[in-house]
Amino acid sequence: MATTPTSSPLHDVRDGDPMLARPFQIRRTRKDTYDTVSLQLKPPDGDDGFPFEPGQFNMLYAYGVGEVPISISGNPAKNDSLVHTIRAVGAATRALTSLKVGDSVGVRGPFGKGWPVEAVAGNDVVVITGGIGLAPLRPAIYQLLAHREEYGKVVLLYGARTPEDILFRRNLEKWRSRFDIETALTVDRAARSWKGNVGVVTQLIPRAVFDPLHCVAFVCGPEIMMRFTVMELIKRGVAENNIFVSMERNMKCGIGLCGHCQLGSSFVCKDGPVYCYEDVRDSFRKREM
Amino acid sequence: MENLERILSEHPFLEGMDVDQVQLLVGCASNVFFQANEFLFREGEPADTFYFIRHGKVSIETHVPQREPIVIQSQDEGEILGWSWLVPPYRWHFDARAVELTRAIALDGKCLRDKCEQDHDLGYEVMKRFALIIAERLGATRLQLMDIYGHNTDK
Ligand SMILES: Cc1cc2nc3c(=O)[nH]c(=O)nc-3n(C[C@H](O)[C@H](O)[C@H](O)COP(=O)(O)OP(=O)(O)OC[C@H]3O[C@@H](n4cnc5c(N)ncnc54)[C@H](O)[C@@H]3O)c2cc1C
Ligand code: FES
Repeated sequence: MATTPTSSPLHDVRDGDPMLARPFQIRRTRKDTYDTVSLQLKPPDGDDGFPFEPGQFNMLYAYGVGEVPISISGNPAKNDSLVHTIRAVGAATRALTSLKVGDSVGVRGPFGKGWPVEAVAGNDVVVITGGIGLAPLRPAIYQLLAHREEYGKVVLLYGARTPEDILFRRNLEKWRSRFDIETALTVDRAARSWKGNVGVVTQLIPRAVFDPLHCVAFVCGPEIMMRFTVMELIKRGVAENNIFVSMERNMKCGIGLCGHCQLGSSFVCKDGPVYCYEDVRDSFRKREM
Repeated sequence: MENLERILSEHPFLEGMDVDQVQLLVGCASNVFFQANEFLFREGEPADTFYFIRHGKVSIETHVPQREPIVIQSQDEGEILGWSWLVPPYRWHFDARAVELTRAIALDGKCLRDKCEQDHDLGYEVMKRFALIIAERLGATRLQLMDIYGHNTDK
């Protein structure tokens, strides 16, 4: 079963210039881990909601510092506020994660093509993610669970560096207590007090229960992790055209104009970030970009 | 014994192995269980067993002076634990601790080593299967060492 990511408009201008950031106010902040913060944003007065597809991203502007692409991590069914989960790695992300309730952040988007959640109905769905990669996938998991009866098995395999790096603990606990989603976590290293799995996320794949012939995989994480994950999925018999990956490249315009995010003959900002693995296989194998 | 034979012959690790060879393995096998926090083996001790984990979870650990032991890897239900019995000096390199109640089939590695020495066809079959496990663990360890979720290696 070949599927293509759901198509979305090139950009959603919300009746405005897609290059112009609109000021959103921070309604709530949540410290997810020592270096990761979720921001819940409130649309400017008069705006009604923020519809998006799971896997899409916004360009967030930390005023005076810089603008960076950040995936939307909230629930697509609750679009009255917008949630982003940001890991502080450099100037712009550090500035964004330091913002307080009431501060403003510039928002352009939503941009890009997301996970083909609706298109894969009828299949088992295996969501495999590592590190901050759970953030772009959380909206897809919300959507899968909201329409649970339309899918076969739903499996979430999540790898983090240490127990302290695990994101969305409350969600994970809730999902683990459900009988209709298999959730497995692993960390790369841990002290003895950790009772869960230790080892890389790829080791969870042979243990997971799904039918490789009728299975679609959504994979998001560091590119090395995705490469090894795809190899393991193929080893289990999952077809390349049933594997979807989310790619990251540096971005500037976010709407396919500047060329910063080129990936082969496509632009990650408008043709991605979610791609069918079959379409980006060669980029995965390329040694230098 | 019949039960052990059935369980072992159906295990993916032994898939495709001759019935006679499986029976030789059954001759070295026994049922064991460990309570949570009990050690299956400890670093430095003679390595003369390996395990088919049937239920539970085992963590492979190493101790660091004046710190809590570090968990390097965990092994789950359906997995094979231990290969130091195969290579001299036949001593465990790490501790293995049951994280929760763990049931397993233990195979006497010394008994099996002797059988493999006498029957090289059996030895080759066993080696082939363990080589795969060792290669998989090595691959996973390399990936773990890359620290793929660290700031400088992400994307
Ligand atoms: C489509 C898309 C969606 C994204 N979604 C999210 C998201 O939901 N949450 C999130 O936190 N980030 C996300 N990112 C990554 C985020 O855009 C970058 O972390 C950000 O651009 C870094 O900018 P900076 O100014 O803070 O750091 P820079 O100054 O640009 O970089 C600082 C240091 O961090 C390293 N670095 C850069 N990018 C990353 C990265 N992605 N991960 C780890 N280290 C990095 C650099 O090598 C450098 O050493 C996404 C990226 C794309 C393309
Ligand atoms: S960011 Fe400008 S083309 Fe993609």
